[in-house]
Amino acid sequence: MAAYLARRIVQAVLILLGVTFVTFVLLYLLPADPARQIAGRSATAATVQSIRQQLGLDLPLWQQYLRYLGNLVQGDMGRSYIQRTGVAPLVWSRLPATLLLMAGAIVCELVIGLGAGILAAVRRGKPADTTVMVASFLGVSAPQFVVGILLLYVFAVRLQWFPIGGYGTFAHLVLPALTLGILGGGWYSRMTRSSMVDVLRQDYIRTARAKGAGERRVVYIHALRNAVLPLIAMIGLDIGIFMSGAVVVESVFGWPGIGQLTWQAIQQVDIPVIMGVTLTAAVFIVLGNLLADLIAPLADPRIKLR
Amino acid sequence: MAGGLKRFAANRIALFGLVLIAVIVGAALFAPWLAPYPPNEQFFEGLTLEGAPLPPNAEFWLGTDQLGRDLLSRLIYGARTSLVVGVLANGVAVLLGTVLGVTAGYVRGVVGSVIMRFTDLMMAFPALLLAIALAAIFQPSLLIVALVIAMVNWVQIARVVYTETTALAERDYIEACRALGANWPRILFRHIVPHLVPTVLVYATLGIATTVLLEATLSFLGIGVRPPEPSWGNIIYENQTYFATAPWLVFIPGAAILLLALAFNLVGDGLRDALDPTQRGR
Repeated sequence: MAAYLARRIVQAVLILLGVTFVTFVLLYLLPADPARQIAGRSATAATVQSIRQQLGLDLPLWQQYLRYLGNLVQGDMGRSYIQRTGVAPLVWSRLPATLLLMAGAIVCELVIGLGAGILAAVRRGKPADTTVMVASFLGVSAPQFVVGILLLYVFAVRLQWFPIGGYGTFAHLVLPALTLGILGGGWYSRMTRSSMVDVLRQDYIRTARAKGAGERRVVYIHALRNAVLPLIAMIGLDIGIFMSGAVVVESVFGWPGIGQLTWQAIQQVDIPVIMGVTLTAAVFIVLGNLLADLIAPLADPRIKLR
Repeated sequence: MAGGLKRFAANRIALFGLVLIAVIVGAALFAPWLAPYPPNEQFFEGLTLEGAPLPPNAEFWLGTDQLGRDLLSRLIYGARTSLVVGVLANGVAVLLGTVLGVTAGYVRGVVGSVIMRFTDLMMAFPALLLAIALAAIFQPSLLIVALVIAMVNWVQIARVVYTETTALAERDYIEACRALGANWPRILFRHIVPHLVPTVLVYATLGIATTVLLEATLSFLGIGVRPPEPSWGNIIYENQTYFATAPWLVFIPGAAILLLALAFNLVGDGLRDALDPTQRGR
């Protein structure tokens, strides 16, 4: 276990190093002239030159990359082109809102996905099963921004049950979290169904039935644990989907997280901010994968550590 | 494969998806004849006296947008954008993913490790954010959008193909081929690649759904296909401020995106059921 853990952590660190290299390339090599971008349109040649020196853009590439890494380790993700401030504080101040939204989305996707999946598995081949499967296809095929605007139109504009956007109370959280959770809910309902169907066919379930356990007891006590725990243990893998979804959902609902920050940065072509968010998201994704790898064997002892 | 076709033809849901695709492809192909108006023409009578878009009516069947253009015509031409980007981006992604996956799986060694570690790295990036970064750096055009999406989407195919190739390469019949003196191109192209076709076909179909959604999302965020060229995503981007008063401008293109992605998901899922015997009976 310790050796496995150590190897996975080394792997994670290597991947993060690779990630920083890609963000470095996107940040300093591809854009036309980062120094001019930071200096602004009206800057003199001398100002641009001094910024170039400040950023180390006149150094050889490998030195530039080491500088970039050194800054990152100290929590410095560069400066925004537009807002005269560092990228790191911008991202930090927005992160809590996104994490709250993701927590809400996880609750939504599990409630929708597990509920619908169990229902479909228990009623296999009946209309309820078909309905759930059609709904799950719609859920994974629907563009998130359309789902968001639809929920906004129905529940905020027409019914006025929820505020039309913003941040602060539980009511503000419901629609964005639901929008972000629907996609995952579609996937989870299909995986739960197929996992439940597999488990319900197994010998120990037949034994439980033969011993006179009621249908409820069989499904919820005997089958559910084995079918669903391995799925829940993989929830760390969803972080990538959430990080992408957050950009769309936060821009639709005006939710002040890193997704909205990204959206604002897109409008202003503020590449350092986009890269800062991308880097932050990548860290969370790598951590999520690591977490999933570590938890999965606990939830399902048949998984061997390699 | 022949048995698979029969099984696919018996799957009504998948056939429904195929019909949907045919309708949308037809609309895209025959756009100049089907569309009642040119997609970019702004009509004076296409706006109310206050300058608001018109709801669906006899003259403009699906209403008009915020500039007084016919929504139906823009939708029909928009189908071209979605399909071109979807097929082009996904084609490049499938080609890249298959070549890299087969290479990594068959050659193994250092080359294989390097390729697979690179896919690990790509998996650590959220697809949309990476696409946003690339689209923000390169000035977006139809081609750039397609390439950006391809750069993000090849990874999954590469991993699936890699896994299958390694499994195939270890089978006894490959060993037998080698013993019989077959050279590597023969083994690779006659005995391994044909077995990958069903998997690649399934993922290629499902991948178009992902691609269509990604293009729509980029266009919705304003960094995909540039107006006035119509795309279903940028129609919503241009008109979203009207969603409370003119909801059709958001929900009709939204439904079109949903239907196209749904169609490819249904067909892809049907293909998987038909071609993969282990999945049957579920």
